[in-house]
Amino acid sequence: MSQKIATRDAYGEILVELGKTNPRIVVLDADLSKSTKTANFKEVFPERFFNMGVAEADMMGTAAGLAAAGMIPFASTFAIFATGRAYDQLRNSIAYTALNVKIVATHAGITVGEDGGSHQSIEDIAIMRVMPNMTVIVPADGPETKKAVQAAVELEGPVYIRLGRSGVPVLFTEEEPFTLGKGKILREGKDISIIAVGIMVSKALEAAETLSQQGIEARVINLSTIKPLDEDIIIQAARETGGIVTAEEHSIIGGLGGAVSEVTAENCPVPVKRVGVRDTFGESGLPELLLEKYGLTPENIIKAAKEVLQK
Amino acid sequence: MVGTGQVDFNYLVEKAGTLRKHIIKMIGEAGSGHPGGSLSAADILTVLYFQVMNIDPKDLQNPDRDRFVLSKGHGAPALYAALAEKGFFPVEELWNLRKINSPLQGHPDMRKVPGVEMSTGSLGQGLSAANGMALAARVMGKDYRVYVVLGDGETQEGQIWEAAMTAAHYRLDNLTAFLDYNGLQIDGLCSEVKSPLPLLEKWQAFGWEVMEIDGHDVKEIWEACQKALTVKGKPTMVICRTIKGRGVSFMENVADWHGKAPNREQLEKALSELEGGSGGYEPKNCHP
Ligand SMILES: Cc1ncc(C[n+]2csc(CCOP(=O)(O)OP(=O)(O)O)c2C)c(N)n1
Ligand SMILES: [Mg+2]
Repeated sequence: MSQKIATRDAYGEILVELGKTNPRIVVLDADLSKSTKTANFKEVFPERFFNMGVAEADMMGTAAGLAAAGMIPFASTFAIFATGRAYDQLRNSIAYTALNVKIVATHAGITVGEDGGSHQSIEDIAIMRVMPNMTVIVPADGPETKKAVQAAVELEGPVYIRLGRSGVPVLFTEEEPFTLGKGKILREGKDISIIAVGIMVSKALEAAETLSQQGIEARVINLSTIKPLDEDIIIQAARETGGIVTAEEHSIIGGLGGAVSEVTAENCPVPVKRVGVRDTFGESGLPELLLEKYGLTPENIIKAAKEVLQK
Repeated sequence: MVGTGQVDFNYLVEKAGTLRKHIIKMIGEAGSGHPGGSLSAADILTVLYFQVMNIDPKDLQNPDRDRFVLSKGHGAPALYAALAEKGFFPVEELWNLRKINSPLQGHPDMRKVPGVEMSTGSLGQGLSAANGMALAARVMGKDYRVYVVLGDGETQEGQIWEAAMTAAHYRLDNLTAFLDYNGLQIDGLCSEVKSPLPLLEKWQAFGWEVMEIDGHDVKEIWEACQKALTVKGKPTMVICRTIKGRGVSFMENVADWHGKAPNREQLEKALSELEGGSGGYEPKNCHP
């Protein structure tokens, strides 16, 4: 777990790979191509790259048109602008129409760091998850990002992939299979389940290790596809372990925690604790310090697990 | 109206130099931030804060105060430097920029910093907010003015043009906007990324009074502000030809310095250049 790769870097690499074999792939960006790493694609395929300037709504609408005409557009910018600035374009021109647009948003969550709360997207999973027709994926590391992007190309329809700014530990090998819509048990346990996405998956594994040393065996599930949701793996976790902790770099409202709670409430009510940003905006600061201040550490997961076990 | 003779332009030039030093030091201390666009807007902010605007750090809520909106919110260091120099908070606070628990967020936050009238950072939204403030003055019968600074890349946002229509439609002659025309955005030249040109003709066609000036000449900036006071029945747009990174030789007109902090050595070099005023090297001309 020593090597770290930013998911956006993995995105930049796979996009070029896929572009070589699939001439229908076109890429759009909104003046952030160096940060989102779509600049890699631009280097190799300048004629299939469109910089839309600082115009996210226009970018999403243009992507819809490209898709309607048979292309596979990837539209990238920061998560805050992709989902916030262009919400209605996503909703009405892309989701409502079920058009084949792939929205790959980087710099999600509070680990954006110093740019501050105006740039830290903690609502995008909720926003994207609520849209009919939309597939929502939150990869946990670089290799999973590549698999998710590949899966997105194979799927006909709109996909949202949420990526981060900072490096995250590599958890999976390039050979690790990825099935869209399926969660994955990364560690077995019968006492409690920790369901995590994105950067919180490695922290969930760390928490489980510490809990194990204290005699608590936690099941750890990577639920990278938030939509369509793998309800079976959640219900199974609820039945077999009797309690769940969710962990996400997102508001505790409407994201992974919300999704898991909806499924357990309807199918197998068990205590659920949500680790995430607690209905507040973020702020400027170093990512590591922000994770501590906003309660997104392995210690926070451990504490939540113990609270669930006490119920 | 104030005559030219009553304005101490040397004082303003000196003040702009102080702002630039603060900007560079602040970003250097923070280890991240946006020097290019902060330096290009420094002279505009200096003239507004130290000559033009009716504001008082001791009377923050005065309903008659002039309002300022930094629509290109990533230029926050320039705004913070102006506010600190004006006395809204101690200069020492500047060195906490972008640090956890500091009020000085990466982008201006009106709930955290005295003197910040509107939170910005998501580009394209500031002109609409400025329009709202200008409309409020009309409703309340106030004669304050609203000032707003836009980036040239920022004008690629559709909302800017929605707001441009609003300001003209409602004949907001109590609004003066400045366009920081430095020709650059993050991915390179605005004209190559997605051209917002021609600027002058666009704003004119949208029904604005348009002037074009040297955005680093404090006298021209001040004169434009004065002229805007005489415009009736429409808003004023002052297109300011500027140089991104102005004042630091190695940052000037280099897109890469949009959002990057100087290291120790670069910081020292930048500060020593700014110490010597703008002399010592030829500022680049990026508007041939
Ligand atoms: C809505 C939105 N999209 C993207 C960004 C990221 N961004 C920050 S600055 C910038 C370029 C702005 O260029 P310009 O307006 O010319 O600013 P300046 O050259 O004065 O720094 C971009 C794309 C943003 N802050 N807001
Ligand atoms: Mg610019």
